[in-house]
Amino acid sequence: MPKKTAYTAKIEYLQILDENGKLDERLARGTLKDDEVIFLYEQMTISRHYDEIAFKLQRSGRMGTYPQNKGQEAGPAGAGYAIRQHNPEAWLVPCYRENLALFLNGLPMEKILLHWMGDERGNQIPDGVNILPISIPIGTHPLHAAGLAWAGKYRGEDRVAITFFGDGATSEGDVHEALNFASALKLPVIFFCQNNRWAISVPSSIQTGSETFAQKGLAYGMPCFQIDGNDIFASYKVVKDAINRAVKENQPTFIESLTYRLGDHTTADDARRYRDPEEVEAWVGRDPLIRTRKYLESKDLWSESKQKELEAKAKEVVDAVVKKAEGIDKPTTDDIFDYTFAELNGQLIEQKQTLRTSSLGTHPQQEGLQTHA
Amino acid sequence: MANLTLVQAINLALTQEMEADSRVILLGEDVGKNGGVFRVTEGLQARFGADRVVDTPLAESGIMGSAIGLAMGGLRPVPEIQFEGFLGPAYDQLTNHAARYRTRSRGAVTIPMTVRVPVGGGIHAPELHSDSPEAIYAHTPGLKVVMPSTPYDAKGMLISAIRDPDPVIYFEPKRIYRAFREEVPEDEYTVPIGKAKIVEEGTDLTVISWGATVLQCIEAMDNLPEDLSIELIDMRTIYPIDVDTIVESVSKTGRCVIVHEAPRTCGFGAELATLIQEHCFLHLEAPVQRVAGFDTVMPYYKLELDYLPDAKRIAAGVMECAAY
Ligand SMILES: Cc1ncc(C[n+]2csc(CCOP(=O)(O)OP(=O)(O)O)c2C)c(N)n1
Ligand SMILES: [Mg+2]
Repeated sequence: MPKKTAYTAKIEYLQILDENGKLDERLARGTLKDDEVIFLYEQMTISRHYDEIAFKLQRSGRMGTYPQNKGQEAGPAGAGYAIRQHNPEAWLVPCYRENLALFLNGLPMEKILLHWMGDERGNQIPDGVNILPISIPIGTHPLHAAGLAWAGKYRGEDRVAITFFGDGATSEGDVHEALNFASALKLPVIFFCQNNRWAISVPSSIQTGSETFAQKGLAYGMPCFQIDGNDIFASYKVVKDAINRAVKENQPTFIESLTYRLGDHTTADDARRYRDPEEVEAWVGRDPLIRTRKYLESKDLWSESKQKELEAKAKEVVDAVVKKAEGIDKPTTDDIFDYTFAELNGQLIEQKQTLRTSSLGTHPQQEGLQTHA
Repeated sequence: MANLTLVQAINLALTQEMEADSRVILLGEDVGKNGGVFRVTEGLQARFGADRVVDTPLAESGIMGSAIGLAMGGLRPVPEIQFEGFLGPAYDQLTNHAARYRTRSRGAVTIPMTVRVPVGGGIHAPELHSDSPEAIYAHTPGLKVVMPSTPYDAKGMLISAIRDPDPVIYFEPKRIYRAFREEVPEDEYTVPIGKAKIVEEGTDLTVISWGATVLQCIEAMDNLPEDLSIELIDMRTIYPIDVDTIVESVSKTGRCVIVHEAPRTCGFGAELATLIQEHCFLHLEAPVQRVAGFDTVMPYYKLELDYLPDAKRIAAGVMECAAY
């Protein structure tokens, strides 16, 4: 037969907890236990408060530009928790809208604030925490996840790499090279795409001609899923399964996590310029925190007093984090130079020494003429 | 005449060139409905339509590469790269293709496009939003590189760039997008590419700069001894280099300080210093000084003002050169 179907495909969509807090018991089997749901609800609430405080810090001039995570907590919560439980040695290769996944895996919370306060020590990840600094250049870091996963495979470790990126990022060529490498070289990578419908002012309809983002992984020959990204159960399950495939079969997975950015792109942005307020309103109703709380309430696991306690705790935690971040002295000018190489060469040493004494970064012997920079 | 900021002057030039020539189209991330993240293209999509002011997918190589195709196809594309750091993903298209097509086709294929790129530090932005990579592109044969520092020049040079038959990188010093206003003629006019401007005439020492640091130089001059007569030159164009203006000035003054934000080593100042010693050797009274950034990664904003040359450092450099 000269004419046949060479390939067909479909994309599965997974939602376990719906927006009214109703759980699909069958699909939920083997996922999160009640105490875990409570834990993640608490973590999401703390993360939401963190976000609100970060926003206020920016508005009051105590911090630079900040990208809010508001509304997108569940995807990173479920994914981050799956990693923590099932592959704690995994590498996390993030951008900036999955703070909670990082916190759940050991990133000290003040690091993210420090970063957005313009202090590079916010990127200095402590030993033993397998997280890369948040990637500012969009869509360039998934290749690093491929490399990290490759290194783990080479060494015979059962260690995956998970990388987070947005819908916009899927337009960058590097993302496609990462997908192709992961698949062609059989690397244990999990691609977690947070489709929040917008890339700054550009809606996903302008970003791609594809019906879903999930199907982009299909072209590279890996399992692809679309999930309700505001559902911690779905996110947890799909990442847990992906870890299994990665560890057992060295197979990468592409996950499209459908969610929505409830805030502006960053504090420098004004989404009212390009977004319909009705669209935002509709998504407010799908808030991951609300549905998780509803679920807990429906099972008599939550109460108004517990909520009050949690809110007080969130405030306490975040206050302490802010205090820590703001309590760190401004870096000295040495910090500009010290990490350029393992060992500084002569010119850098001279520039470093003279920055403190000279206006020019040269001629230290003429110190008398110089002003303090 | 209208009293405009740099941003407004660029917007006006784009508007007028689009009015005058239907081949001119804009493309880039967030340039349409949002008017660009700096609002440089504000109102242009509403005025000219989404076919001529195009919100593209988030892909700099895609923007640059397809702009090359648009240019070959008879249009005059003006792609925007949102920040200079994101020229990275577009580097291959820009340097290996846009810059080389004319040469490799022996003139049969040309790329009349103007790449608009906000550049430089000083706005408290995250990493890769504050770099000064002009020397990299000046070092790429086949590219013209400009960086106006005033609203008047911004308008005139953008019009020149759009009408230029070859690829031009039009760097916009973002720190001074709204720093001051200037009278800008309503009518279209051009400011030539490749021509520096003497901002202030003087006889004792030449200060050369471009972009946002020109303003720092002006500030520095306010604090220098009155009997020191400084000639301040704004390069405006990085490449092609206006050798004549520099040589004439330094031959007269015998002393020169070059100021730039970019790292010192292999910065564009190094090329200027070499040209000066080649052409003005017998006139020189002092080594050419550079007041520049350092050979490091541009630091995050807590330290960016320590990194960037400011009026104090520039004044000290001038005094050191004058005292030599
Ligand atoms: C390579 C690169 N190009 C452009 C930018 C500017 N920029 C920052 S965030 C962003 C949109 C990102 O959209 P998406 O990937 O959907 O992530 P989201 O912000 O929606 O989470 C753009 C264009 C950048 N940081 N890096
Ligand atoms: Mg997005």
